[in-house]
Amino acid sequence: MAAYKPVVVQTCPRLGEKITQDTLYWRGYKTPVQIKEFGAVNKIDFSPAPPYNYAVTASSRIHIYGRYSQEPIKTFSRFREAAYCATYRDDGRLLAAGSEEGSICLFDVSGKAPLRQFEGHTKPVHVVGFLSDKYRIFSGGDDYSSALWDIPSAREIISYSEHTDYVRCGCASKVNADVFITGSYDHTVKLFDARTKSSVMTIEHGHPVESVLLFPSGGLLVSAGGRYVKVWDVLKGGQLLVSLKNHHKTVTCLCLNSSGQRLLSGSLDRHVKIYSTTSYKVVHSFNYATSILSLALSPEDETIVVGMTNGVLNVKHRKPEEKNENSQKKRQPVYRTYMKGKTYMPKQEDFCVSKPVKRVLRKYDKLLRSFQSSKALDAVLEPPIMLHTPEVTVAVMQELHRRGTLRSALAGRDEKQVNLLLTFVARRVIEPRFTSVLVTVADMITDIYHPVVGQSAVVDKQFLKLKEAIGKEIDYQEELLEVLGMMDTLFATFTKKSLEENKSNGVKEIIQTNRSY
Amino acid sequence: MVAPDTLRVVRCGGSALCGARAVFSADSKYLLCASGDFVKVYSVNTEETLRLMGGHADLVTGIQLNPHNHMQLYSSSLDGTIKLWDFMDGILIKTFNVGSKLLALYTLASAEDSVFVVIPKNGERDTFQLVSVKLTKGASQDLESKELSVVLDDVGPSMKHIAFGREGAYVVSVKGVNLQVYFFKRKLLNRFSLSTVKTKGDNRFSCVVCHPTEDCLATGHADGKIRLWRNFHHKKEYTYSALHWHHDIVMDLAFSVEGTRLLSGGVESVLVQWHNESSCQKDFLPRLGSPIEYISLSSDGALCCTLHTDNRITIINSNLRFSRSIQGLIKSRDVKTGLVVDPRTKALVLNGEPGHLQFYSLQSDQQLFSLDIVQRQYIHEAGLKQSDLVKVAFSAQGTWLATVEESEEVTDPELQLKLWFYHEEEQSFQLNTRINTPHDNHITDMCFRDMDELGDDSLILVTTGRDCVFKVWVMVEDTDPEAQQSVSWTCDFVGSYHNYQATNCCFSEDGSLLAVSFEETVTVWDSLTWDLKCTFCHPPGNIRKICFGRLTCSKYLIGTTDYGFLCCWNLLTCALEWNAHLNVVVLQPDPLSEHIAAVSWLSKESSLFVFKPNEPRPIYIQRNLCKEKILLAAFVPRDEPEMISSEKYLWLRKSQPFFLTDTQELMTLSTKSLEERLTPSSKQLAVEESLPVTPFSLLLGKHRRQQAQEDIDLGKPVVHNKQEQASPAVKELLHTPAHVLPSASFLCTIFINSLLISKENKSAEEVADEVEMESEKAEDDSDEEDVTAMEQEDTSHMELLGEMPCKLSKSQEKELRRIRKTDYSWISAF
Repeated sequence: MAAYKPVVVQTCPRLGEKITQDTLYWRGYKTPVQIKEFGAVNKIDFSPAPPYNYAVTASSRIHIYGRYSQEPIKTFSRFREAAYCATYRDDGRLLAAGSEEGSICLFDVSGKAPLRQFEGHTKPVHVVGFLSDKYRIFSGGDDYSSALWDIPSAREIISYSEHTDYVRCGCASKVNADVFITGSYDHTVKLFDARTKSSVMTIEHGHPVESVLLFPSGGLLVSAGGRYVKVWDVLKGGQLLVSLKNHHKTVTCLCLNSSGQRLLSGSLDRHVKIYSTTSYKVVHSFNYATSILSLALSPEDETIVVGMTNGVLNVKHRKPEEKNENSQKKRQPVYRTYMKGKTYMPKQEDFCVSKPVKRVLRKYDKLLRSFQSSKALDAVLEPPIMLHTPEVTVAVMQELHRRGTLRSALAGRDEKQVNLLLTFVARRVIEPRFTSVLVTVADMITDIYHPVVGQSAVVDKQFLKLKEAIGKEIDYQEELLEVLGMMDTLFATFTKKSLEENKSNGVKEIIQTNRSY
Repeated sequence: MVAPDTLRVVRCGGSALCGARAVFSADSKYLLCASGDFVKVYSVNTEETLRLMGGHADLVTGIQLNPHNHMQLYSSSLDGTIKLWDFMDGILIKTFNVGSKLLALYTLASAEDSVFVVIPKNGERDTFQLVSVKLTKGASQDLESKELSVVLDDVGPSMKHIAFGREGAYVVSVKGVNLQVYFFKRKLLNRFSLSTVKTKGDNRFSCVVCHPTEDCLATGHADGKIRLWRNFHHKKEYTYSALHWHHDIVMDLAFSVEGTRLLSGGVESVLVQWHNESSCQKDFLPRLGSPIEYISLSSDGALCCTLHTDNRITIINSNLRFSRSIQGLIKSRDVKTGLVVDPRTKALVLNGEPGHLQFYSLQSDQQLFSLDIVQRQYIHEAGLKQSDLVKVAFSAQGTWLATVEESEEVTDPELQLKLWFYHEEEQSFQLNTRINTPHDNHITDMCFRDMDELGDDSLILVTTGRDCVFKVWVMVEDTDPEAQQSVSWTCDFVGSYHNYQATNCCFSEDGSLLAVSFEETVTVWDSLTWDLKCTFCHPPGNIRKICFGRLTCSKYLIGTTDYGFLCCWNLLTCALEWNAHLNVVVLQPDPLSEHIAAVSWLSKESSLFVFKPNEPRPIYIQRNLCKEKILLAAFVPRDEPEMISSEKYLWLRKSQPFFLTDTQELMTLSTKSLEERLTPSSKQLAVEESLPVTPFSLLLGKHRRQQAQEDIDLGKPVVHNKQEQASPAVKELLHTPAHVLPSASFLCTIFINSLLISKENKSAEEVADEVEMESEKAEDDSDEEDVTAMEQEDTSHMELLGEMPCKLSKSQEKELRRIRKTDYSWISAF
């Protein structure tokens, strides 16, 4: 004897985005705060020291924002023309920035006027950075050269003129105080050692390099340029590890998260993609309003700041962790009643009598078991089921149809119920997974209730809605068929070509039109 | 026994159990059932088939216990005989030849030496009469019993249509809308009939039973009503009350032993228990699986048994709890899946219960298990579009199972392709992938590419459909690491040929070629690149079935067509090798050899042809295999190759063919006789062994075991004694100074003899004689020897040791002494 088998609800796997740990993590940000800057935001840099202020370079100013402030807490505006690449030192006390006129300014975060000014570049300086010994600055300019400066004496230590185009990005190694890299529009990334006279390594990226990044370990190098993000193994002499092509416009900025497990890339295509650094697969992506020029992530991933071409700064803060204390409290009472007898371990000679497992049936299953078709249909037409799990409603309708009692279950309903039923059908009949069942249902409803059409304005309206929905769907399908026809023509011409090619190879083949569903 | 020259066709399962009501033995330990031409004895406790009693030449239509000896059983059959059996020993006691077809059998305690049978009335078709048969007494086994006296005319043909009342006082028969009651004593016949005009439904009678203690009748009707009749002694003042729960015909009724409860069953497959006719209080035992055909109760009322239309027996406790079910080959409405052999269990796999796949063990004639494929509640109601299993395929190792289910609707068949993975830990198949609407129209065939050596990577499933395509399904690894399962199935290739419907598919033995038949054409595809390699056809007529040759014949492709041709194509030359005109309905290759079996259906008989593809002449022909049409066949690999002496039957060596007829009876070919086939275990009514272990028997068993242990403990010292007793001989031999010892040749026999166990006193005496001569001293020692063992062996041992047994009778002793004395005197006289 078999037990009652519940109705099988056919769940389709949800298409599109899958909920993973990453999506949950990266979705955990509040709605963004938008701050308008004066010009395109070309650099955002977080102070490595608490309270993690960040410097935003836009137009001729450098604004320093506090963590939650919407107004700049400090502004450096001593630039005649545009400022570039304001970068913090490791201790967060000094700030260096390049400028359009070719000088490099070094500011104290607490002061106003520049502490030092380094002159030497003849063209705008787009990239500035501190080496990890804290006493030297490297820079790269549009005069194709990159230079190294001594902070105390404000002198140039060495200058390299190896690039053949603008130097637009660079990065210092955190492991070795003498090593830094620069990326240039001449499609190369060069690795310099301050102790040698020339570059020690050249990596051919293949596109104008917009951004470079070194992993904290110093072993891996990431370069972005064109639509590509490429990862190189520096220790293996610059071998390409992986090439990522997930953007459809130029990638402008790169950033690592605080744990080093995720790589973020921003692009002119308005997307920020997040890659896992183990599999190099996109695990999440953010969508922004306009093209992205700069991107920064605060320590502990608390804040994501994105700078756009239209001068808008988009700041996202992480939601505070939800506390489940309240729900835990509810479970607490009467520990003893719940634990009574549960901790008893049966001895060897004990004879265990297991409780029969109580099968919990859903309400509609109970009704279906006792052949109460109408009531079963009522049970699944309740708003929570109907709205959130329409597949359950449809499954029960299908089951009733299979039992041959759908017509009697649908019949004999009042205005309100018919309205409810028709709303559901009109809304869901166009969903392909429900269509076959709901078309039958719609057919039966019209059959049963056509004598009373005109008696209720509400029901009539629903009927019209249903008609409209079906009409729209038919038009849509026709359009799709047209597109399919066009594509078939294209495919046919394509296969003809390949057939000719094959014939020229002397291979005779019968071409099958493969249509995979 | 040497294998006989003839190959016999053996029916080995699936016989209809629905010939008659099952009968419990008087002690409710055994259940007796009519099963086809046999009467089967089942153990109620273990569900085993204990005995198969064969002897009837046609369907058994009735079985009843002998009311005067409850160890005997009467059975009636369509072959016109009543047989009396001793079912405990399976012995046929007597055969009474009645002469005409017997349709039902009834026995009465009050009727001394006669039984009642239903026979067709002479000269009239579809009219039957109830007659009483006087069972003639006689010494011989076969007796003629032609002494018939008509009791009732115009009765129904089924055993459900007649019932005998309380203590055999009256007999009731129903037919159509008429009910007739005949009182034996008063010789009174009352007829009642229901009006057909007033009622809407079909109120014809379907069955009748009588109350065991009161004058009360219960009748079942085709519209689902049960009527309880009283006062039917009077022609006019009779009364009846109606009980209504069943929505369709009431198949059978049964009163409990005391008559307080009434059980009813029908196509709803729900057993209904009515407590009190007035209050309409009732209990249900729902979802018994299939329509109930017969209900029977044991004589003590503790058990109830329902026979179902699908040949299943359900045993139910008196408190209406499902107890156990006896199921052999379950009869399904239509075996659409074909006969498939499960590579893991070697069980036959086919449609079972609706929506289930049954695994039927051929050795034990039992269902191993039933796998729920459709997983939907089956509603037993006529006219519903049910979905059922239509195709089944196993991968070579049995790790994957593919099933196709579809509903009966013609336009929208709701196709589902399911792939099941065998879970080693849970020992069952688990659903891996479900594909909705794999084809736009019905799926016609399905096969796995089974290659043992290449492992799972090469596993490919091909389905062919009436939507003019065949699809190739492959396993893909799931990239998402958080997914529950690592693999799933997806479509890899869709092939078609001139928009013809694809009908069959088959992989070659090495898996490199796929043959797909499209109506009249067979296409051969390369399974690596999915290129069309070549086509074969033999017009006119669609291809019915195709298969590749195996082993040495792997270059051949066999196909059968609708117009009765069997064709063999050579794949190397791409030409027709030979063809034969034969209307083949079943084509089945043996997986372990080159042989292919073809079953033809010609002029109402099935014939079997076994051939090798490389020669057109069949190696074996069995004409008139059976009268029924054979629908399906399968070769089941034997566990070990059978020894077959005859050259002619060598093809049976590695695997055994099984055939399924349209009546869903399973047949096989065997060189062994029936007696040999039955395993010895089933020959004995293992009464004690078949009992389950109760706490009491456990207790008893413990006690018995202890005793046995004690016995063993006792036994040990006995053995030791022997060794100790044997040791003096050795001791004597070793400790006596060498110069005193007699010659070694003399001692040798004594020594060897001391090790032997002799039971013959006579020889012992002779030896003793000699020994005595040798040493007198030892004789005295023997008296002191502590002899505890009373066994004869021990005494003989002692004798052999050269010691006079204390147990020898005085007379013997005297005799011995006398002999000694005479001996000496004789010597001195010299």
